[in-house]
Amino acid sequence: MTEQPVNPLFDLTLTEEQQLMRDTVRRFAQTELRAASRKSDEARAVPDDFYGKTLELGFQAVQIPEALGGYGAARSPISNMLIAEDLAYGDMSMAIGALSTLSFINTVLDQGGAAQHQALLPAFTADGFHPAAIALMEPSTRFDPRKLKTTAEKRGGSYVLSGEKTMVPFGASASLLLVIAEVQGQGPAAFAVAGSASGISAERESFMGLRPLQLCRVKLDSVEVPAAAKLGGDKPFDLERMVDLCRIGTAALAVGTGQAVLDYVKSYCNERSAFGEAITHRQSIAFMIADIAIELDGMRLLTYRAASRAEQGLPFHREAYLARLQAADKGMKIGTDGVQLLGGHGFIREHPVELWYRNLRAVSLLEGLVSV
Amino acid sequence: MINLELGGQLLGLDQLMRSVAINVMRPLSRKYDRQEHDVPVELKVLDRRPKPGSLEAAAAQKQAGAKRDKPKKGEVRNGQAMAAIVSIENMSWGDVGLMLSIPGAGLGNAAINAAGTPEQKQRFGYLYASMAITEPASGSDSASISTTARDDGDAWVLNGEKIFVTAGDRCEAVVVWATLDKSKGKAAIKSFVIEKGTPGMQVVKLEHKLGIRASDTATILLDECRIPKGNLLGNPELAAGGNRAAFGQVMQTFDNTRPGVAAMAIGCARAALDLTIELLAKEGVQLGYDKPIWDASAIEAELYRMEADWEAARLLTLRAAWMADNGEPNSMEASMAKAKAGRVGNAITLRCVELCGSIGYSEDLLLEKFARDSKILDIFEGTQQIQQLIVARRLLGKSSAELK
Repeated sequence: MTEQPVNPLFDLTLTEEQQLMRDTVRRFAQTELRAASRKSDEARAVPDDFYGKTLELGFQAVQIPEALGGYGAARSPISNMLIAEDLAYGDMSMAIGALSTLSFINTVLDQGGAAQHQALLPAFTADGFHPAAIALMEPSTRFDPRKLKTTAEKRGGSYVLSGEKTMVPFGASASLLLVIAEVQGQGPAAFAVAGSASGISAERESFMGLRPLQLCRVKLDSVEVPAAAKLGGDKPFDLERMVDLCRIGTAALAVGTGQAVLDYVKSYCNERSAFGEAITHRQSIAFMIADIAIELDGMRLLTYRAASRAEQGLPFHREAYLARLQAADKGMKIGTDGVQLLGGHGFIREHPVELWYRNLRAVSLLEGLVSV
Repeated sequence: MINLELGGQLLGLDQLMRSVAINVMRPLSRKYDRQEHDVPVELKVLDRRPKPGSLEAAAAQKQAGAKRDKPKKGEVRNGQAMAAIVSIENMSWGDVGLMLSIPGAGLGNAAINAAGTPEQKQRFGYLYASMAITEPASGSDSASISTTARDDGDAWVLNGEKIFVTAGDRCEAVVVWATLDKSKGKAAIKSFVIEKGTPGMQVVKLEHKLGIRASDTATILLDECRIPKGNLLGNPELAAGGNRAAFGQVMQTFDNTRPGVAAMAIGCARAALDLTIELLAKEGVQLGYDKPIWDASAIEAELYRMEADWEAARLLTLRAAWMADNGEPNSMEASMAKAKAGRVGNAITLRCVELCGSIGYSEDLLLEKFARDSKILDIFEGTQQIQQLIVARRLLGKSSAELK
């Protein structure tokens, strides 16, 4: 299969807008995420005003149509991927929290009808932060987005949702959740439901990492929603597309976190002395760092390629899968090597490498949290 | 604008070179693997060197002499470096050994192009030139070579033994690395062009190898070999003096050629993957790229992981070439590409044999050959370990005295 890309030239240059946005997001990631990362991890909460501040970056409203109060820019998977990478450089948990609402908006824009855009999106252009999330994952040892246990049953003019979701950002405190459920005989569908809807109960979950993020186990006990809440109406919901776009997002989170590890071990190991010289004068140390850099750039380029195919309207299913797979495998290796390179110090919570190690473990299992 | 797809002319080249690989190279693969040291005469059709004095030669001359201007701000180029990657990758998908045997495509030619003066490019540019660096006691440490060049009035006189010279027998000239004074280290190392038939230069041995058997690998003896003064490669003032920059200039050849070897590894590995996927498909193994990796069969999971590693290696290689085309220094990125492609290329070809069992191990198919050919790609033009050393030094800001 040969398809011509929109752009006839292989190119790794960012557009001017992307570069400007990058500079802004990177500054934000440094001051608002990295600086608060350890404290938030220990407190299991982001700083009080964190989500409000993310609104200053403006990336949520930018893709919402002008008529609905947004800026009407075309959705750019590349730009969204860069934001995910740069925010995760600061802190992966806080990056997911900051991007959860955007992921909801993106999916509604992508697969919802005009009436749904009208009904669901203006809220996100109003003042204040409105938490929203995609509720896809289910608690099991081998979760597969293609085999959902959560069901949606048609009853008259409504659907009744039943099941259990896990790792849902904000849980019941989300103003809107996009619950992905199986409609018998029709395949998967997405329903926009208020977090406060009757029949929804949520419990805060605790994980190895991603601790500042309010991740919840959400129980759906016969939650009745109007038929209009079904995204796209009679059009089948393209779950594979949503999952693929989220896999690019997840891979981007791993790239940003991996870059944080690389930068940290570079300076730590250059300063750390043993046997009378910098430990980076030893090949066993220097080569581990070289390999981190090599694998990191490999997974970064895979992620960029998947995003650029998505942006150009080319098929990107294979590329998204491979980008996530490489990011999961190599990202975890980078995480564990990051701790190893600091030795005993890496194991102590004074240094951030153990935190990145815990967060990078999530890359292989996250589905549907951050969409580009 | 970020785009990691090939487009335009590169896409056309990609398709053209794939058809060359299928139609010209593949039918010869097994033959020249068995007939080691025979010259693959069928490849003459791929010799694209212009004849001296022809219009094409004049055009090529003009292009070689033209100073390459840096791209303007906002301009993006997909040029010669990327075209080379696309060609090499596809021809190596056909057969790495045969790709290395295409007349005129020698490593010495890359050195002449990179370091030669316009006059030297004119004199030697038409010759099929190999590169002689390695010696019996000097491998990765190319600054430790013992072959000498003595100033003897109107001539250089060379003495020494060179090994592992790719295409050393069938080439028309050899670019030889020699030292003017071993006590002066790197600064005294120069490269010299020696045309075949020059008295004092002799091919004394052809190696029998694990793979790339279609490509000859020669031992060359230099015994009071006299060559004209003008055969010292590069700017004579810079080159003849004790200037370390001259060594750097010679070493820079590798920034251009390393992505090329990475492309060989990618091409060879893709060939193994394609054949393996084809064989396994007959047994019902389908890649849908959607199962969670832990729900895929072991064989599927292995294929997915190989695909991911292969993609990463390919994109690293294209990036290094793209940087070269756009005037960006790419020494570290070239080594990253070679390191990743060299190791995953070898691992993939070996795993493909394993996955296909006795069918993979059999000489009836080419999988076992790909697995033999791929090993050298993680060795020549700088081993895996040398690439890691280069990357680490750049990354950590270390000199070769600090990070040995």
